[in-house]
Amino acid sequence: MSWVGRPLERLEDEALLRGRGRFMDDLAPVPNAKHAAIVRSPFAHARIGEIDVSAALAAPGVVGALTGAEVAALSRPFHAGAESPVPYHAAAHEVARYAGEPVAVVVAEDRYLAEDAAELVVVDWDPLEPEELEVHDRSFSYGALDEAFAAADLVVSERFSVPRWSCTPVECYGVIADWQGDSLTAWSNFQGPFSLHGVAASALGLTGSRLRLITPPDSGGSFGIKAAVYAYVVLLGLASRKLGVPVRWTEDRLEHLAASAHATGRVTGVEAAFAADGELLGLRYDAVEDVGAYIRAPEPATLYRMHGSLSGAYRVRNVAARNRVVLTNRCPTGLNRGFGGPQLYFALERTMAIAARRLGIDPAELARRNLVSEFPHRTPSGGLYDSGDYEASLDAALELVGYEERRAEQAAGRAIGVGLACIVEPSISNMGYITLAQTAEERAAGLPKSGNAEGCAISISPAGGITVRLSTTPQGQGHRTVAAQIVADRLGVEPGEVEVLSELDTSTSAWTIGSGNYSSRFAGVGAGAIAAAADALALKIAAIQDHLGGGLSLRRVAGTAHWNPESLPPGMEPGLHATAYFAAPNLDPPDGDDRVASSASHGFLVDVCVVEVDRETGRVRILDYVSVHDAGRLLNPLIVDGQVRGGFVHGVGAALFERIAYDEDGVLLTGTFMDYVCPTAPDLPRLRIAHRETPSPFALGAKGLGEGNTMSAPAAIANAVADALGLDDVELPLTPSRVWELMQA
Amino acid sequence: MKPPPFRYERPETVEEAAALLAEHGDEAKVLAGGQSLVPLLNFRLLRPAVLVDVNHVAGLDRIDGGRVGATVRQNDLAGVPLAAQALPSVGHFATRNRGTVGGSIAHADPSAELPLCLLVLGGSVVTSRRELAADEFFRSHFTTALEPDELVVATVWPDGGAIAFEELAQRHGDFALSLAACSVRVEDGTVAEARVGVGAVADRPTLLELELEGAPATAETAREAGAKAAAAVDPPGNLHASAAYLAHLTGVLVERVLARAFA
Repeated sequence: MSWVGRPLERLEDEALLRGRGRFMDDLAPVPNAKHAAIVRSPFAHARIGEIDVSAALAAPGVVGALTGAEVAALSRPFHAGAESPVPYHAAAHEVARYAGEPVAVVVAEDRYLAEDAAELVVVDWDPLEPEELEVHDRSFSYGALDEAFAAADLVVSERFSVPRWSCTPVECYGVIADWQGDSLTAWSNFQGPFSLHGVAASALGLTGSRLRLITPPDSGGSFGIKAAVYAYVVLLGLASRKLGVPVRWTEDRLEHLAASAHATGRVTGVEAAFAADGELLGLRYDAVEDVGAYIRAPEPATLYRMHGSLSGAYRVRNVAARNRVVLTNRCPTGLNRGFGGPQLYFALERTMAIAARRLGIDPAELARRNLVSEFPHRTPSGGLYDSGDYEASLDAALELVGYEERRAEQAAGRAIGVGLACIVEPSISNMGYITLAQTAEERAAGLPKSGNAEGCAISISPAGGITVRLSTTPQGQGHRTVAAQIVADRLGVEPGEVEVLSELDTSTSAWTIGSGNYSSRFAGVGAGAIAAAADALALKIAAIQDHLGGGLSLRRVAGTAHWNPESLPPGMEPGLHATAYFAAPNLDPPDGDDRVASSASHGFLVDVCVVEVDRETGRVRILDYVSVHDAGRLLNPLIVDGQVRGGFVHGVGAALFERIAYDEDGVLLTGTFMDYVCPTAPDLPRLRIAHRETPSPFALGAKGLGEGNTMSAPAAIANAVADALGLDDVELPLTPSRVWELMQA
Repeated sequence: MKPPPFRYERPETVEEAAALLAEHGDEAKVLAGGQSLVPLLNFRLLRPAVLVDVNHVAGLDRIDGGRVGATVRQNDLAGVPLAAQALPSVGHFATRNRGTVGGSIAHADPSAELPLCLLVLGGSVVTSRRELAADEFFRSHFTTALEPDELVVATVWPDGGAIAFEELAQRHGDFALSLAACSVRVEDGTVAEARVGVGAVADRPTLLELELEGAPATAETAREAGAKAAAAVDPPGNLHASAAYLAHLTGVLVERVLARAFA
């Protein structure tokens, strides 16, 4: 029986539960590292005059300081995914563009002294009015939009706003930077993608081999946000370079909420053309994306990550989109679980619910009439949906939630609402999708980009011990466990016999440009790379066994490969070591008509949410929440359900609790966990999960599933509240005060 | 998020603690459970030169009938029926094991539960030099009648009549959007005595003049009282809720506590 597919308890957990995890802040890889505190702009927008660090330098225990001017002199602006007139450096120079932006670094013997001294840095501020600047405007059109809208019996035309929100992992950013000679070694809880390693190295003026980036074995979570720590690798790297000492910095929660990264805020205008029978004929999007003070790589990727899935789970052939990016005096945006999905699906799935009401068709029936039913399915914008059985998942969800019974309760007068979301969950991003931010002509002038690949190295010691080295930088998802399951199957051992190392070292690990932990890529390409390396070793072991005869044990084969290479089959290399790379198929660069398969795998989920609204207090109570997933083959169902629950919690946060808020002067109003309201365990409803398994045609047949409910839950919950209140105009988050005000309107 | 430097003192008697407060005046802060003070220090919102840790002052951790020592932990106040209803809303289980009753009272957060409960029960505060009724003690946001050299030694909690507590916070354990509590005595279906208070909607926990005495103890009376309460309060709006909502919500919570107490 296969280990893959079993609900094996995580091999990671015992150490974590015993307090023996090794997180970023636990590491002391170099002696005598000094502690940094960062001086930050209190203003959203301000000219920076003189920065006087003399009092800080005279304070007890201070080693030195670095200012934004020195950062500008010692580094180049970061590259990003689109042109911007506003260059981005690791610290502000001349003008600060968001509250919380670094302007100087003070380094001292400990963090207390560093913070004391940072307060003594005097900055000559000249506050400016906040500004907005449109820096990107691209339009896309696929199919015959005008004909579709001319033929429509109903056109829904609405605007949807998704506010900024965030990830809030338990562990914030951390960096230890050690500049020696002309190279930098940095330890950081970076999560990839490792394309950003190149962005950091380029800013520092280093060839990639001279920026050695090492990640810790354990992570206190990321959910996307730690991709952006690379800017601090550069900042602290420059501090180490200037001061000649290793420098360490652990971000605190105030810094994290103000200045790490937020999800984009997006306003989307939607026009949707429907036939009277409910067929969705055409879709037009007009999205305006707030990316904050700078376009920070990989942005404006949030706007393009879902490009192949603009049509969602539906067969519609005519789709158009206008994508605009606006710079604001707010924290730069970045990866956040769902990455573009919550913004897209809130607009699309609210549109479907509104259309259902106006057409007089039940929302589940409207979905059914439009769901993609044949696979593989090429979407108008170029997405290639690999496999699925969407209608079966819809049926399963409706049955599980007791949909007919709930509708009957409503008809009988109970003040409940039922909301639905049917979404495609893309995973394994095409590294080339972001080049859609350029025109086809601009793309043709540069290096085409495509694909998504991962590497893995496995070695077997002379005594038969198996060590797997990952490049997937797990952030709590249990990659080590699943890797052990995969290798155990292929080498005929128990998972507990497989050592799995999760640290990534850019100087020694088997990584590539797409490596890392994002776009739910582990189950597809991560697992594919592990399987490929294990298969290579299994073949070699079998060849040795065949050659020597007698059914040799793994231990004996390993001993022979290391100790007695003369006895190996002619031409075979000694030792037992395999490094393999695996690339997801069907991820071409964008074509000349701006079509792109933006992801390799596409799961499907149907969420049904039942809410009751307290008419007196406006509080939304979720009575039932059902999610049916089809993410292909499940490698470890226990981990799968953990991922689904985590994504759900993140989505409930967006639906009912969380938003980043600034006042009109650009002052952050949600700078602590008192005001940035993430749900905690007692605030969460029970989630009922069911799975279907339609395998993906590649690798182990598994698809990503860590982000789907973050994409679907805001839409499903909003649809349920709108249904309960009989309203179209519901905004996130649906806090008691907002819901009560909706009821007054 | 590290505190600025401070001196740390650990007195063992009330007299020593009061002497330290007298010596350092406004420069000193009392450290009890630290559940509010330590975050404020770490945010550098407070910069006391001296912390006077009263956790080792002999005798302050005792409960004697309704008299509750200042360093008694919040979770240990469950013997007071109104407090028992409010405690699940006071921070989190772990913070209640550390946070003290006296600290919560002295901190005087207008949205805190225990000050409202003490006020509604007609309790009092025993300090190092006097005893003050709760309605004289709470003055404004985080401001009490305590002099700089004065220390909370105990609080006195009467049993109250039929009691009820209600609060709405965005999340479990958050500061309340609004909260209400009452203690009523009903004789022959008629309200004989009623103390109804609300929190989070003014600069201190506030008793409402609802003129309930003599009214029938019915749902209708509760509803009218709620409407009156909503009209009587004038809360400012905040990031999480509009002013109109907070006034409305306060009325709903007042109606609910009275309806429960009448039932």
